[in-house]
Amino acid sequence: MEKEIVIHADRLTKQFGNFTAVDRISFDVARGEVFGFLGANGAGKTTAMRMLCGLSRPTSGTGTVAGYDIARQHEKIKRNIGYMSQKFSLYEDLKVWENIRLYAGIYGMKDAEIARKTDELLERLDFTRERNTMVKALPLGWKQKLAFSVSIFHDPAIVFLDEPTGGVDPYTRRQFWEMIYEAADRGITVFVTTHYMDEAEYCDRVSIMVDGRIDALDTPRSLKAQFGVHSMEEVFQALARKAERTE
Amino acid sequence: MREFGAFVKKEFYHILRDRRTMLIVLVMPVVLIILFGFALSTEVRNVNIAILSPSPDPTVRQIAERLDASEYFTVTQWLSTPEEINDAMKSGAVQLVIAFGPHFSGGMLSPEGSQMQMIVDASDANMAQSYTSYASGIISAFAGELAAAGDENGILTQVQFLYNPQMKSAYNFVPGIMGLIMMLICAMMTSISIVREKEMGTMEVLLVSPVRPIYIVVSKMVPYFVLSCINLATILLLSVFVLGVPVAGSLAALWLVSLIYIVANLSLGLLISTMAQQQVIALMFSGLLLMMPTMLLSGMIFPIESMPWPLRGISCILPARWYITAVRKLMIQGLPMMYAWKEIVILASMAVVLIGASLKKLNNRLE
Repeated sequence: MEKEIVIHADRLTKQFGNFTAVDRISFDVARGEVFGFLGANGAGKTTAMRMLCGLSRPTSGTGTVAGYDIARQHEKIKRNIGYMSQKFSLYEDLKVWENIRLYAGIYGMKDAEIARKTDELLERLDFTRERNTMVKALPLGWKQKLAFSVSIFHDPAIVFLDEPTGGVDPYTRRQFWEMIYEAADRGITVFVTTHYMDEAEYCDRVSIMVDGRIDALDTPRSLKAQFGVHSMEEVFQALARKAERTE
Repeated sequence: MREFGAFVKKEFYHILRDRRTMLIVLVMPVVLIILFGFALSTEVRNVNIAILSPSPDPTVRQIAERLDASEYFTVTQWLSTPEEINDAMKSGAVQLVIAFGPHFSGGMLSPEGSQMQMIVDASDANMAQSYTSYASGIISAFAGELAAAGDENGILTQVQFLYNPQMKSAYNFVPGIMGLIMMLICAMMTSISIVREKEMGTMEVLLVSPVRPIYIVVSKMVPYFVLSCINLATILLLSVFVLGVPVAGSLAALWLVSLIYIVANLSLGLLISTMAQQQVIALMFSGLLLMMPTMLLSGMIFPIESMPWPLRGISCILPARWYITAVRKLMIQGLPMMYAWKEIVILASMAVVLIGASLKKLNNRLE
């Protein structure tokens, strides 16, 4: 059965003056997929992601996210996606529940629904005792888990994760990826950028950007077979070596 | 609208939970008023002076007593020869020497008149000016009394100080402090608080969310607007009840012009925040480009009239300059609002231009 396509990019390009940050990238992501978006620093990942999130208009090419055109309907897109960046994105001087309340409110959720889902979430994360804790008092791993939970609190069609596990210990990263799978099982499409190649192995499919282009796009298993290597690390090295751009 | 309320509430939390900053913001005007009012005064007080009188003279003694009795001067030395003047000045023991000619009393009522000379330490030119004018004031008042008693037809100069009869420096600096504080809170604090969200990464999340950017920034302005109003009230209360500077004109007009000034500064803060990516940069921007010129060129400390034309030109683009002028008119001189229409119009147009520029910049950045 053909799967429902939630992200579609067709020759998306972004130029800043003479510099082509993103060069005609095309790909599709299906509903419920965990899609890894890799590339060295400066390869154009962030710019591509900003276009998909409606923060930056493409110079040429087209794309749809959750069925909406990225050039014209970015307000609709914003309602249907979640976002978590490499920088910690909760307010340190707000309490745990206040953060949840604020972000849920932004997405127009009703008070009663927020209250019910907040209880559920805190229970699931075993955070109930921390409801009134200031976020700055939480350990980093907890903060990241909370930030991810907040980014999918409004049940978006797609969640964009920009290097979500930067600076987190391996054990917490493992837990974090379990949460990502849970979200994917609930039908939320996960679009994730990462620097950790072991994480690339966890993705359903991986694309690797080099100098603004997508040079490889497949399941980790096929990519490894295609390059005749045993790990994603080696696939990445082989491709990154071709890069001409430096930061 | 419900969202907007939630955002405003969040901003209040940020400020209320940052106790240190809030304390600084609320205490700063009090400290400044007290500093300028009592410590950093440009008023003449207890200046040491010497009197040179070649021969004992009853009139000179009376004048010296008058000078000494005033709160401005203390007579610390009596000299009898002109050679001693140099020593007294060089040692720094006195800042002003008043030298009387021989037979001063006798000359006073004669057609030739009497001779008197003031020698002043002019290393601080402004203060030297004040010393001599205060001393002349006291002496001519004394001479006037003598002339009146003796029924002589001397020429009497009477100086009357309008609006500030006691020559208090508070009348000058209260408008200046109002201008400075509101600029600090509205422009500097607002810009820093917006840039902080960029630095933290929360701004990115907000931009990806369906919230309209205008809500984000306007909600940031609300608490600082409230804080500024509290500070304005504090300053006015302190100046009336502690410094004894009354609000001579209409309080409503004063508030109106202050509100316009606050809005102009809030937009300025927003404009800075759209250009700066880091809190440090925002701080430098507001510190170097706003605070320094405002303190030096707005007429708060140095009179604008005596500046060379390039500086006068720069002072024209500072909102604080117009605000301070308007406050002087409305609060100190007690003029009706129509006399400050020029300042009000300029401030209002500055506010409009700044709002326009910052909103345009904000929208461009999102492209």
